[in-house]
Amino acid sequence: MSIDLSQFFEVFFEESFEGLDTMEAELLNLVPAEKDLETINTIFRAAHSIKGGSGTFGFNAVADFTHVLETLLDQIRQGERELTTEHVNLLLKAVDCLRSLLAALQAQDDPDLAEANALRIQFEQVLKIQESTKQVDIDTTQQATDKNTYQIDFKPHHHLFKTGNEPLYMISELEELGELEVTAFYDEVPEITNFSSDECFLHWRFFLNTSCDDKAIKEVFEWVEDDADITVELCGGVFIDDDSKAPDTSAESINAVEQSPSVLSTTETAPNVTQSKPKQAGTNQAKKVSSTPESASIRVGIDKVDSLINMVGELVITQAMLNQLSEQEITPSTIISLQEGLAQLAHNTRDLQENVMRIRMLPINFVFSRFPRLVRDIAQKLNKQVELKLIGEQTELDKTVMEKISDPMVHLVRNSLDHGLETVEQRLLAGKDPVGTVTLNAFHQGGNIVIEIMDDGQGLNTQKIKEKAIAKELIPADNHLSDDEINELIFMPGFSTMDEVSELSGRGVGMDVVKRNIQLLNGSVEVSSAPGVGSTFTIRLPLTLAILDGQLVRVGLHTYIIPLISIVESLQIDIKKVSRVGKNLDVLRLRDEYIPILRLYDIFNHENAIESLDKTLLVVVETDNQKVGLLVDDLLSQQQVVIKSLEANYHKVDGISGATILGDGRVSLIIDISGILKLSGLKKPGSQELSIEPDNIAEML
Amino acid sequence: MKKILAVDDSASMRQMVSFTLKTAGFDVTEAKDGSEALTIAKQHDFDAVISDVNMPIMDGITLIRELRTLPSYKFTPLLMLTTESGLDKKVEGKAAGATGWIVKPFNPEQLLAVIKKVIR
Repeated sequence: MSIDLSQFFEVFFEESFEGLDTMEAELLNLVPAEKDLETINTIFRAAHSIKGGSGTFGFNAVADFTHVLETLLDQIRQGERELTTEHVNLLLKAVDCLRSLLAALQAQDDPDLAEANALRIQFEQVLKIQESTKQVDIDTTQQATDKNTYQIDFKPHHHLFKTGNEPLYMISELEELGELEVTAFYDEVPEITNFSSDECFLHWRFFLNTSCDDKAIKEVFEWVEDDADITVELCGGVFIDDDSKAPDTSAESINAVEQSPSVLSTTETAPNVTQSKPKQAGTNQAKKVSSTPESASIRVGIDKVDSLINMVGELVITQAMLNQLSEQEITPSTIISLQEGLAQLAHNTRDLQENVMRIRMLPINFVFSRFPRLVRDIAQKLNKQVELKLIGEQTELDKTVMEKISDPMVHLVRNSLDHGLETVEQRLLAGKDPVGTVTLNAFHQGGNIVIEIMDDGQGLNTQKIKEKAIAKELIPADNHLSDDEINELIFMPGFSTMDEVSELSGRGVGMDVVKRNIQLLNGSVEVSSAPGVGSTFTIRLPLTLAILDGQLVRVGLHTYIIPLISIVESLQIDIKKVSRVGKNLDVLRLRDEYIPILRLYDIFNHENAIESLDKTLLVVVETDNQKVGLLVDDLLSQQQVVIKSLEANYHKVDGISGATILGDGRVSLIIDISGILKLSGLKKPGSQELSIEPDNIAEML
Repeated sequence: MKKILAVDDSASMRQMVSFTLKTAGFDVTEAKDGSEALTIAKQHDFDAVISDVNMPIMDGITLIRELRTLPSYKFTPLLMLTTESGLDKKVEGKAAGATGWIVKPFNPEQLLAVIKKVIR
């Protein structure tokens, strides 16, 4: 029987990656001094499953490699070996290595075995001290007393008969050893014209169920060892039922040990680890594949799918009802039913939309889960003591947003560890707990998800930032910036407060890229800090990129959409509070702030708009901590709009972030607030446009 | 049709065992750990049980021990899947009442060869 094992590969890879995640998370939980057997067991089990699966599905390189770490884990589990931090580090490296091996195999590439081999040597050195002979003893006792099933492949070379041997006799001999099942293969028998009766063209596979050991089997083939390919492999067995025999096993086992020092399956054909390729090329390859497969598919809880199907069912019913109504004669009563039906349809559509959005939502834990390892590694490198706290791991976020926010977060966390947290000595001097804390907190607020990265370190040094910014001529020397505004300067291009360039956080090129990338997601990032107490970076992101809550506004004959999230307030202008600055900029005094007034009709060159300030409305919007008022003719409704890209279908238009189709079929443009600011020349220097492509961020981080 | 219960916490192994046995004409039910297997085994009668050893919640040895105490599994073949390095598990398995064992890694043919010793 032949079964194509490749059909199980995808499941195997999926569960193996899950197993590796589990191993990593549990390894990070391990405190060597505490003998946490349950955790060690969980880690062992994961390794064990990967080994079993990879062996079965023919990924021998993975199976061989997993074997060494499984052996180490087993010894720790059995209490034969004390767990040390060195072991944990080695195991973590092994997890990384397995991950890249499996990723390469999944992508059907040849895995790079250089690292695996190097790690294997390290494991073997650790294990060498007590390479146990004990195991062999146990194996031997069992095989002598129970019935084993062996798979024997016997492939005589064509010249076998010339040695005077006869396969038939060997088969009879095997039969005497136990129950024998024989399959003959005749695929090598040639055409009749080439056939020679002097040669052996057949080969066989036997399954032998016997209480003899493999030594006895080999004896059968002793004479033809050099004239045939023979493999004997143990594949299982049945225990002898006779319970009374059990106490005797120990006595028998001694004999057995003497007779057969090595009874383990003779896997002469077992493939050795193949020669490694040059490391450089291989590692790059592994990196490349490990990043690609994830984004292709999404795993959705069955409850979400069921609820969708349910919604669609209701939608179909509503549609049928409306259909029926449309065929009837129109009377006042049918109109009422029609209205009810439409209300029902609106309800269904909204539910459906919410549910479809939910499908794309995943708990932010997908991103958070990579941080324990990251923090541990960086803390070790920096020689700092850090505790990582994760809060709100179940907060859901759109998958695309999640994938894109991961790198900026990594950078912010690194930054906190590197620049924010002090060394143990510094902390002790300052009278703080020697262990620093970094907290990642995620929660929903309005239509946004907020991610906070907090540290209890030294906080930002405003004086130093200010000096640096002046030195770099980013701000004038006689500025009157508040502390918050000074802190925001760290997001400016090319800014770095560390006097020395650090290996971890780089040259400070990152912060501006971080900000830029978060803005590309329609999000924002800000920092608050208190000297000696710590800093908090707050990232705000829309839950999804596809849908936006918009305020429809009328400008002349046109309808525009302003993202609701940017709107601070809308008001009628009190003309007495407006004053003119410079040539043509009006500002409105609103409480104790001056708000520049931007005339949308001017920016977009529309005619027929109301120009006098007291007859129009002002929508005050905020972006990058800067408020402006947009002059519109009228406020229309608020609604959720589906964003269509202008760039993809037309070309980039300054001041416009996209388009949408309104209920009446007309196209409406969505206003890009920070683009408008730029157009009008009101943009602050701190938030200037960067010529950095989002793709570059990965390299820079 | 003979009924077999296949128990393994690894989905890929479980599917592979299950598929192989189904192809060979058995009626296969799957369980993902010992505890689930025990519950299922109590509700239905099986002609054989094949179980992995290392599993969360309830391991294969405990499952076999528990099954043997049930009247309907007094004589049922109970096989365990074990790795070469776990061969000492065989002693434990036998003591718990296992009928036999299958060495991991195995291919479908090897699996069937062992199964055929206890059920046809």
